[in-house]
Order: sequence, then C-alpha cells, then structure tokens
Amino acid sequence: MSVEVIEAANSNASTIQYVTVVIADQLFGLPIEQVHDVFMPDRMTRVPLSPAEVAGVLNLRGRIVTAIDMRRRLNLPPREEGASAMAVGIEFKGESYGLIIDTVGEVLNLPVAEREPNPTNLDPRWGSVSKGVHRLEGRLMVILDVSRLLETLTATIAA
Amino acid sequence: MDDLLREFLTETNESLDVVDVELVKFEQNPNDAKILDNIFRLVHTIKGTCGFLGLPRLEALAHAAETLMGKFRDGVPVTGAAVSLILTSIDRIKDILGELEEMEGQEPEGSDADLISQLEHMAEHGADAVLDPSADAAGAPAEDGAADTDDDPPLVVQALERDLRPGEVSLDELERAFQETDVEIVPVEDEAVAEAPPEAPAAEPAPEPVAAPVAVAAPAAAAAPKPAAARPEKAKDHEAKGDQKHNVSNQSIRVHVETLEDLMTMVSELVLTRNQLLEIVRQHEDSEFKVPLQRLSNVTAELQEGVMKTRMQPIGNAWQKLPRIVRDLAQELDKQIELEMVGADTELDRQVLELIKDPLTHMVRNSADHGLETKEGRQTAGKSAIGKIRLSAYHEGGHIIIEVADDGRGLDKDRICAKILANGLATEAEVEKMTEAQIFKHLFHAGFSTAAKVTNVSGRGVGMDVVRTNIEQIGGTIDLKSTAGAGTSVIIKIPLTLAIVSALIVEAAGDRFAIPQLSVVELVRVHENSEHRIERIKETPVLRLRNKLLPLVHMSQLLGQEKAGFAADATHDDNGFIVVMQVGSQNFGIVVDGVFHTEEIVVKPMTSMLRNITMFSGNTILGDGSVIMIIDPNGIAQEISSEVTEGQQSAADVEAAAGIETLSMLLFRAGSPEPKAVPLSLVTRLEEFNVNKIETANGRDLVQYRGSLMPLVYVSDMMHRRTEGTQPMLVFTDNGRSMGLVVDEIVDIVEDQLKIEISSDTPGLLGSAVIKGIATEIVDVGHFLPLAFPDWFQRNEMQTQIVAKELLYVDDSSFFRNMLSPVLKAAGFNVTTRESADDAMVLLEKGRRFDVIVTDIEMPGMDGFAFAEALRGDERWRDLPVIAVSAICTPASIDKGRAAGLDDYVAKFDRPGLISALKDLTNTELGVAA
Repeated sequence: MSVEVIEAANSNASTIQYVTVVIADQLFGLPIEQVHDVFMPDRMTRVPLSPAEVAGVLNLRGRIVTAIDMRRRLNLPPREEGASAMAVGIEFKGESYGLIIDTVGEVLNLPVAEREPNPTNLDPRWGSVSKGVHRLEGRLMVILDVSRLLETLTATIAA
Repeated sequence: MDDLLREFLTETNESLDVVDVELVKFEQNPNDAKILDNIFRLVHTIKGTCGFLGLPRLEALAHAAETLMGKFRDGVPVTGAAVSLILTSIDRIKDILGELEEMEGQEPEGSDADLISQLEHMAEHGADAVLDPSADAAGAPAEDGAADTDDDPPLVVQALERDLRPGEVSLDELERAFQETDVEIVPVEDEAVAEAPPEAPAAEPAPEPVAAPVAVAAPAAAAAPKPAAARPEKAKDHEAKGDQKHNVSNQSIRVHVETLEDLMTMVSELVLTRNQLLEIVRQHEDSEFKVPLQRLSNVTAELQEGVMKTRMQPIGNAWQKLPRIVRDLAQELDKQIELEMVGADTELDRQVLELIKDPLTHMVRNSADHGLETKEGRQTAGKSAIGKIRLSAYHEGGHIIIEVADDGRGLDKDRICAKILANGLATEAEVEKMTEAQIFKHLFHAGFSTAAKVTNVSGRGVGMDVVRTNIEQIGGTIDLKSTAGAGTSVIIKIPLTLAIVSALIVEAAGDRFAIPQLSVVELVRVHENSEHRIERIKETPVLRLRNKLLPLVHMSQLLGQEKAGFAADATHDDNGFIVVMQVGSQNFGIVVDGVFHTEEIVVKPMTSMLRNITMFSGNTILGDGSVIMIIDPNGIAQEISSEVTEGQQSAADVEAAAGIETLSMLLFRAGSPEPKAVPLSLVTRLEEFNVNKIETANGRDLVQYRGSLMPLVYVSDMMHRRTEGTQPMLVFTDNGRSMGLVVDEIVDIVEDQLKIEISSDTPGLLGSAVIKGIATEIVDVGHFLPLAFPDWFQRNEMQTQIVAKELLYVDDSSFFRNMLSPVLKAAGFNVTTRESADDAMVLLEKGRRFDVIVTDIEMPGMDGFAFAEALRGDERWRDLPVIAVSAICTPASIDKGRAAGLDDYVAKFDRPGLISALKDLTNTELGVAA
C-alpha cells in the first residue's frame, strides 16, 4: 500500500496510531504503517564521501539498509559518546532506510482532529519535515513526514 | 496480444536473423542448393504462419519473396541485385513485425506494392532470361503452386508439377519414411533414407494435400531439375537436419528472462548466506556443522554454476547481424570483404552479451571501412582483392577474449602522432617517447578519428571512445595491435558474468573496501627500509616499479576519510600495501593500510541516495555479515586523473605567483664534463647515427636524414669526434629544414626552473643555471641554427637583456604555449603563461605586473579582441603593450585588432616577427618609463 493510500485511509479514520520516538529529548511521532521494524543499529559501515546525514549502511537480515542520522538531519547536537541508539526501519520508494534515533517510546492512538499545524516560527529545517504537532499531556509530539524527510535528502544530493 | 502471436513474433524474428545470414552465404555460393532450401523454407514458414494468423500484408510480401527464391532454386542465376531486393523485402518484413509488436498484434496500414511488383518483375524477368527449357517449364507451374498456397494458407498443397523421373521420390514417400524413423536415433535415419530411393519408382505421382508442418519439406518437392542421384542425398541431409531440430525443440522450453533473473538473484543470496555460514563455522574449530555445511557449500557452488549456465548464450547471437552488415558495407564501399567467424558457440552471460553487441558491430564496421583497403589498394599492395575480417572468441581463465582482426593496411602511426599533436593530447617530446601501443591507445580518445574523410560508415570521431567506455563499463579491457600493411586487430577481454565478481578486501583508515580483482594487476608491499618504498616528487607519492614510475594515491585521501578526521596521518605513513591497478590505459597504485583476502561477492546496487558517489560501484554483504562498499575502478581512475591535473594547476599557480615556471630541459654532455641543457620543447627529435653515415661536403659534416641532407653542428670544438660506433645528436627542425646538433651523450630530461644566474660571453651559451642542484650550461640554440643555415633567423642582436621583462603569454593551445615560451624566454623575457584570457584577467587583478602581453586571438571564452578591449578599458593597463599572435592573419582581422587596441598583430608561425615586435614595443616602453 502506498503512503498516499495509507494517509487517505487514516484521514477517514478518526484516530491515527503513531510510534513515538525520542531524539535529543524531543518527542516525535511516525505513522505506525510506515514503520517496518525497530532494531539496534549494529556494525554500521561508514560510507566515505556520503552526505553528513547518512550515518552508514548496515545489514538488516540480508538487506542493505541506509542509516540516516536523525540528529544530523534535524540539526541537533550529536549523541553523547557511548549513549545507546535505536533505529526505525522504513521503506521508501522500494529502498530500505533506518532512521537512527535515541529511544523508542510507546504507540499512541491520537485523534486526527487534535492535530495542529506547525507553529509558524518553527525552525524551517524542522518545518519542512513535520506534518504537524500533537499536544500531549506535559509534552508536544512532532509528526515526522517520512517521505519529505527522505525526499529532500535525495533531492539535495541530486542537485 | 495473444500467446500465439507472441510466439510467432519471437520465432519469426529468429528465423529472419537466420535468413539474413544464410542469404549472404548464398550470394557467395549460389550453387549451394542446401542454403537456398534453408532460406526458402524459412520464408515459406513465415508466409504460412501469416496466413494462419490473418496477417495479409506480411503474407503477400513473404509470398512475393518466396516466388523469386523459387526461381533461384529452379536454376535462375542469382545476382547481387536480386539478393539485395530480397534483403530489402526481409527488412520490410522486420519493420512490419516491429510495428505489429508495438500495436499489440494489429497489422500496420500501408502497402508493399512497390516491393512486390519489383519482386514479381524480377521473378518474371529472371525466368525469361534463362533459356533452359526445363527451368522454364518448372518456373511457371511453381507460381501456380504458390498461388494455391496463397488461397489456402494453412494448407501447403504439394502439387507435383510433372512426373517423377526415375530415381526421384515423391514428397509423401519421403515424409512417410521419416515419420517412421522419427522415434529412432539419427544414424538409423540414414539407413531409412537409403532405403527410400528404391521405393521411388513405385511411387505414384499423385498430388495430395499435406498438413502444415510439411512446409518444411515442401521446397524439396518443388526443387525439380536436379540430377536424380543428388536428389535423395540432399533431401536426406535437409530432412535429417529438420528432424534434429525438431528433437532439440522438444528438449528445451522457453523461459521468460525475468524468471531467470529472479533465480539468479536468489542464488546470489544463497551464496552470500553460505559465505556467512562458512565464516561462522571457521570460528568454531570442531563444529558438527562442518561436514553438512561443506556439502551445502558444494551444492550451492554447483547450483550457482547451473543457474549461470541458464544465463549463458553463445556469442554467435551477437554476431548474427554482422554478415549482413558486412555485406551491405562491402557494396556501399565497393570492397570485397570476407567475414570469418570463429568460436561463435563460445558462451557468455546474456547481460554481457547485450552490452557488447553494439561495440562489436561498431568495430567490425570500422575494420571494413578504415581497416581494409579498396580493391585497387589491395592489389597494389600485392594482396588478394578480397579483404578478410576475422572475428574470434574464446575463453581464457574466467574471461572471454574477443578479437576483431582485419588484414588491411594497419594503423598509420604517423597520422595518429600528428593527430595527437594537433589535438594537444601530448607534446612532441612525449610522443617521441611513446611506444607504439601507447600511441595506438589514443585512438580510444573522444573525437579521435584518423579517417581522412568522413564516410557514412565511420570517421566522425565518435566511436572508438564509445566502444572503450562500453567495454570498460562491464569491467573489460580493450587493446589494439597493428602491423603496417598487414592489418589491425582489436582484442577485448571481458568478464564472463557481472553478477558475481571476485574482489580483494582491503582496509584504509579503519574501513574495509572491496576492489574488483579484474582491475587489480598486482600487490606490492612497501616499507620505508625495503627495496620498494614510496618516494615523493614534491609531495606526490610515486613508486619505482620495474623501471617505471607508478603514480600513487592513498585510498584514505581519495575517499576523503582524512578530511573527516578518521585518520590524521595516514597520508604520511609509508608502510602498507600498494594495489597496482589498471583501468584502460591508465596505471596507478592505491596505497592501503592492509589487505585481507579475496572473496566472491554479489554486487548490489547502491541506494539512490548514495548513487552519486562515483567512487563506489555498489555494495555487498560479506561473509561475516557486515556491509562493504565496492570500489569502482573507473571512478577512481577518473578521480586520479582530475586530481593530477588539479595538482599541476595549483603547482603552476604557486610558481606563477613567484614569477617562475618550470620547463622541461634536456640534459646532455658535449666537450666538457659539465652538463649542458636546452629546453626540450625546442628539440624536434633525438637521433643516433652511425659515424660512418656522417659524410663531408664543402668542409661541413652532413648526414642523410629523411631524404635530405642535414648539416651537423658541433656544440664545442673541444668535442671528441668519434671514429666508430654511433654519434648522438639533437635534431632541430623548422620550416622543413633540419639541423643536427652533435653531442657526446644525452643524460636526462628534467623538469626545473630555467633561471639563468650567470650570463655568458661564450657564443653558443646563454649562461649558467642551477638545474637539479647542478650548475648547468644553458645552450643557446639560436647560436647554432645560423651555423647550419646562415639565414635561419637573425637573432644575435637580441641576446640576453640586462633587465628581464615580465611577459604574459595567453594561449589556449598547450602546443603553442610549449613552443613559444622557450623562444620568448630565450629572447630575455620572464614568461608567464595562461590558458585563457579570463585566467589572465584574474592574474592581472591580483596585481601582477607585466611589461608586455602576448595573446592568442581564437580562444574559448573571452577572445583576444575582447581581452584587448578589456585591458584598454581599464586605466591600470591602458598603456600596457599587447601583441596578438594568430593563425589567421587577414587584413580584416588586423584592422579589427587595431580597433580593439592591439599594438601589433603577428602570425603565429612568424617567430622573428614576434621577437622584433616585442623588441620594438618594450624598448619604447622603456623609453617612456625613463
């Protein structure tokens, strides 16, 4: 099922399920349909000459997965030395990617109606990959737009 | 499109390719009835099937072609024109088929009346031309028979036009005989057929309708006026062949290519997994998995081999179109060409096969057009009028070697050299040092065609470079051999398959990389204290390898790992391994920190996000489960060559800033032990003559050189004149005149600054300079030239000036930069060169001061006129003298130059004119300044 179809289906439903992840203490949400798996990035191979956002490539059950360093992608300071990391496996245009994040949280079921547009003063680097914000109790969750996230990355490289 | 039609299209296309080949064979050997039968049968089958599928247009055309061929079989002489006509018809059929495929089975609109009427006319005309009554008699009914078939296409009516002669067999009889032997093996068939003739007289000449499959046999029946004895022989041959074919087709099935590709991918995965398992077991010495795993490993290897085999196709498939192409070319170019094909059954991966099809075709065309001489040319050269092109293929250690050879005139080395110089690909001195092979390699450069005239076929300067690129893309290499007058051969070496490659695993700056073995020539271990050590020429690492200098690049530097801070001092660590690689004609060494082992890897494409990194061709999963990047040798080669030019450029910048440029100098000894030097670019050639070749006339020493007398001049009277052996000399040539400057010994060619520190009063010496740390006398060639020819040019008056003037020379041609700079330097200028007016402007903007500017007119970007205008428009340089040198010296351009503000306009080849113009201008300048 393509992303568009999923979204269409989602928008009809009153709620969307999000997998929440934490990157540098900020809570993000990814639509659950887009998340294929969650894994520990292990034995990553660095790719010289690649864009800074590409953390490397790794073998995930026989598939070669391109790992994206989300902290770099979102202009955040690098992870502390020795801090553990997790990865969220997604598929985009027939290729496998792994988004390197800090930790994975619970799965939330959130009503579509409560989604708010991005605040106008949001960092443009974030704004371009965010589809809106959910006000949760005590904290805010930024919805990550996976296709935009990867598309802009490939586009900047192609340019 | 239904399956039936698809099947028809595939089959017909195959048949047509065969017809192409057969027809060309037939034209050469029109008496071979077997070939004709083959062609006839194929066309007939096409016609029959078209009728069955309801494709009237195709059917009508095939029918007309068949009729004409029927005439041939009846003994009408075969002419080239007739074969051409049939080939044209077949091309038309192919076109229609192509459209048919596109239009999903809808036959395209259109009429073939033109071709059909031509075919019919020829059939009529041909038949009339033959007086033989038997042929005539057979001719007319044959048409009737064909017309029958036309009316009722699915059924081929076997109508015997006449009574059987003694010893002949009716088709039905034959058919029966074969059907009976169908189940038996081939040798038995011979007997069965041998039995057939005796039955023949009994056979009734009863025309009976025969079912469609007999289309194959039909021509045999129609072939009438043949000696009776030959008839069963031929029929047997033909039938046995058809029969075998039948059996083979029963044993094979058609599989969609995609299915095979999928299978290959799965096997590739299996190989990877097996490698992984083997790696795990290797770590546990006595594992119980060891034995079964060994078995699994063997089975996997066999499976891999088996699947690879399904992808293998005989190279002959790629050659199929060549006989036709060569034939057409021969007609077009009016040459007689014989194409010999050896090893057509050599198999290689279909993916590779597809990729070499076009390069091969191109090379064969090249051989036919450039390689082979015309008929007259061949006869003058004492060769047979028929030119030969030989195409051969064979396996050699995991590679397939394909050779395209002709017995033509061979490559013209001098013309290639001239072209190299004209294109500025190398300097004359460099060309001088090149081996034949190196010179020939230039043929593969873009835009390099030595064909004097552009023909329809080749000579457009695209081609060989495309061939090379295509071959290199699939990891192959291409080589040229040529003997003047005896022919040229191109040798291509390509891997059998692309899917699985053997790779060398290396380490650089802590990361591992895979380098495809194919481009690795050897490994050299280097250590600071060992025989092989890395040396440096001004920061550039090189390695002495078997008397040659190999340029080196650190892998970590190539991959920018250093910059990223992965390894701070890797570049200066000279202990490690050098992977010597060859890509095309380029040799270089990659310095790596470690070499592990070789491994069979399956190349997986890079993710689109990383595909723009030219340094990698893909990635793969190693036996230990980690991902590794696969180095692309082509990407590296490109990077290295661009790095080298960049390096040179920046070095040139540094030196230009200091007002000094390096120059190639030729070091020699003459008369004294101190070395002497001349700028290399002034020297045309280095020669050695046997002393007994030196003759004396009019009190001067002379040698016969290239058909004329060349005066010899001795550098010093102190020189010891040899009485035996050879005498080395430097040859200077200008405007068709040559002079030999005799020396004792040629020492070396070095690259250094030419900075004359002590000027000399001795005639013939400009002064002394330090070259490579040794005081060297700089010889004034200008002194010696008039000694040989007094009028060479008068330049004694412009001996070294006291104040060296700064001169900027702008020219996009490196050839002229090399030629004129030493002349200008010798005239006492400090010369700085720039490739373009834009670069020159940058330099001027930086505040460099010049006393005079010499500029070319025709340059890419800002031309000489615009440059002069720009200078005149700026008050800083308004009064700076500017002299234009140009190959085009017309009154109009001189006027234009004057309008643009040029002080003088000199022809490029007029060196004395340039010198005197410079002298005038700079002197006035001095006067103004004073």
